[in-house]
Amino acid sequence: MVEHVAHMLVHGEAWTVKDLFVLPNEYVYWSIQIVLYPYMTGLVAGAFVLSSLYHVFGVEKLKNIARFALVFSFALLPVAMMPLLLHLQQPFRGIHVLMTPHFTSAISAFGIVFLTYAFIVGTEIWFVYRKFIVESLMRLESTTNRSAGEGLLLLIYKLLSLGARDISDEALEADHKACKFMAALGIPVACFLHGYAGFIFGSVKANALWMTPLMPVIFIMSAVVSGIALCIVSYYLFMELRKWAAKRGKNFFLPDAVAHGSAAVNYEHLRSVQDHEVKMTSKYLLIFMTLALTLEMLDMIFRGYTAVRSWDALRQVIYHKDFAKIFIMQYGIGNVLPFIMLLVPGVTVRRAALASVLVLFGVFMMRWNVVIGGQAFSLSFKGFMDYVMPIIPHDMETFKEGLGGALLVGVTPFIIFYFINMIFPAFMEDKSPNH
Amino acid sequence: MKRRDFLKSTAVFVSGATLSLSALEILEPGEVLAANPDLRWGFLVDTYKCVGCGFCVKACKIENEIPLDAKVTRTWVERYVMTKEGKIWIDSPMGGLNGFTSKEMDENAAGMEKIADGDITKAFFVPKLCNHCSNPPCVQVCPVGATYQTADGVVLVDRTWCIGCGYCIMGCPYGARFFHPVVHTADKCTFCYHRITKGGNTACAQACPFGARRIGNLRDPRDPVAKAVLNQRVGILREEFGTNPNAYYIGLDKEVR
Repeated sequence: MVEHVAHMLVHGEAWTVKDLFVLPNEYVYWSIQIVLYPYMTGLVAGAFVLSSLYHVFGVEKLKNIARFALVFSFALLPVAMMPLLLHLQQPFRGIHVLMTPHFTSAISAFGIVFLTYAFIVGTEIWFVYRKFIVESLMRLESTTNRSAGEGLLLLIYKLLSLGARDISDEALEADHKACKFMAALGIPVACFLHGYAGFIFGSVKANALWMTPLMPVIFIMSAVVSGIALCIVSYYLFMELRKWAAKRGKNFFLPDAVAHGSAAVNYEHLRSVQDHEVKMTSKYLLIFMTLALTLEMLDMIFRGYTAVRSWDALRQVIYHKDFAKIFIMQYGIGNVLPFIMLLVPGVTVRRAALASVLVLFGVFMMRWNVVIGGQAFSLSFKGFMDYVMPIIPHDMETFKEGLGGALLVGVTPFIIFYFINMIFPAFMEDKSPNH
Repeated sequence: MKRRDFLKSTAVFVSGATLSLSALEILEPGEVLAANPDLRWGFLVDTYKCVGCGFCVKACKIENEIPLDAKVTRTWVERYVMTKEGKIWIDSPMGGLNGFTSKEMDENAAGMEKIADGDITKAFFVPKLCNHCSNPPCVQVCPVGATYQTADGVVLVDRTWCIGCGYCIMGCPYGARFFHPVVHTADKCTFCYHRITKGGNTACAQACPFGARRIGNLRDPRDPVAKAVLNQRVGILREEFGTNPNAYYIGLDKEVR
């Protein structure tokens, strides 16, 4: 079967540039998709933690963004799995991880942790929206001439209600308790989901950059940071869209207006809610940013101070090869700049949203510098590797492990959110004191 | 029963039970297996004998159906050149497939490096392959159990079950693993398991004209490889990772990792 083709490209060769002595089998095997995997998982976990701040700890000020964060977390959930599937060489065998898990491997627990988490988020959404589901169900049932879309919506709500149509005060009180319980249970599971993503890297003893017990904790902190930042940015954007739609009466962007009538959505009111929520949330963003930065600095200083054998190679990567990516893009633009932007008094919604965009970029660069940076030096410590992201794909592999695959993963949550938002209006305001 | 009698009989029972139970030994199944002296495949590389001809790499690729021109290989040869200024140059173009016929060192992106003969203090070749570790990290990290260790100590990959996640490639401290360019699953040296289990030799050892590579049974004290490991000064690669490799090297330099 020895094949004599012009030159057989092996996995990784298309985007790896080797410098000095690198072992023959070494390539950047884990590329952009594995950068996106902890990034997306982090966003899921972070968004959920933000929603829990309200549901569990009763931070009333976060009430509106909490509901959005919860639904958005649900939309992000399937996308956290996407990069993993896209990077597998045998994607159709991905199910083996669930069917024949080999429990000494950190990856094998993924199915269990992920499904547990999905179950918790799904349950919590169900309890939060049960009243809305039943109300919509009743409303749609009472209408005589339903359009095809309304008929479909009715069917969906019928299925989602699971036959529970009791919305008496006692039942709603029970819902509220269940919701609080699920949110409380969700926090450790969300942290576990992401801490565990950190463990996947931190436990690779062969990799000098990855192997640190701090990795899971660093990942959790940056997860919360990125999750909150994404919620601020998307909340800002969606509210802008809603304000635009409310002004012009474009109700297809406003599912709650469809449900409760156009009067329920008022431009001025939207503006004040957006202003309040974004500013409040950015305060929490600052707290978690401080924690994340402290841990990352601790890791860096510790490595330099102890300077074990791998430090020579690591220093080359950190201070020379990846200097711009680490100190300018990750810490400078992604940490320090937004930190100052949020600290300077008189923060506006726009400034907070812009700072959050920078934070998202910073966390992305952190993932990049960990995943790609961890493969930037040879196991021999005598050579280096560089990942050149394929921009224009010439086959499936360069699409998946290049810009195309990255964009696909980046866009999907918003598409999913658009449809989920149709069923569970994420911006609906509940007038009851409980939620 | 009186309290005195109760205490007395308890004391008798406990001491009696302790004495008789101490005759028994609780054995872990692993211990029993480890005490089994039958078979444990090991590899011996005599770096003094290697001349860097690359026959082993070629033989391995042909025997194990790894495309010759693919830039991955189950075994490879590294060339080390040390100079007077204390600089270390290492290269392994195409894994040493075509032998080291040029004096120029292939430093990848940094280009070809010509080192003047007069500057060289020492130079040598080191053949490498999977160490078939007793404590293999690749087996530990495989999420589906597609890579496993046989009872006689060889680490293998099940091509029908590997999902191609690359975690084992990341987990191996020796860079012994790669993705097979045709099958698209993780791949590595098998010690030519299909040959050695039928009494044959590995392709690389058979192809080596100088006897620099040998496979043997480490549990058999009469086996030449086991003898060499017992009697000579041998080294292993990267012992700091606690993998307990089963490939031993005669004449291992400190710069070789």
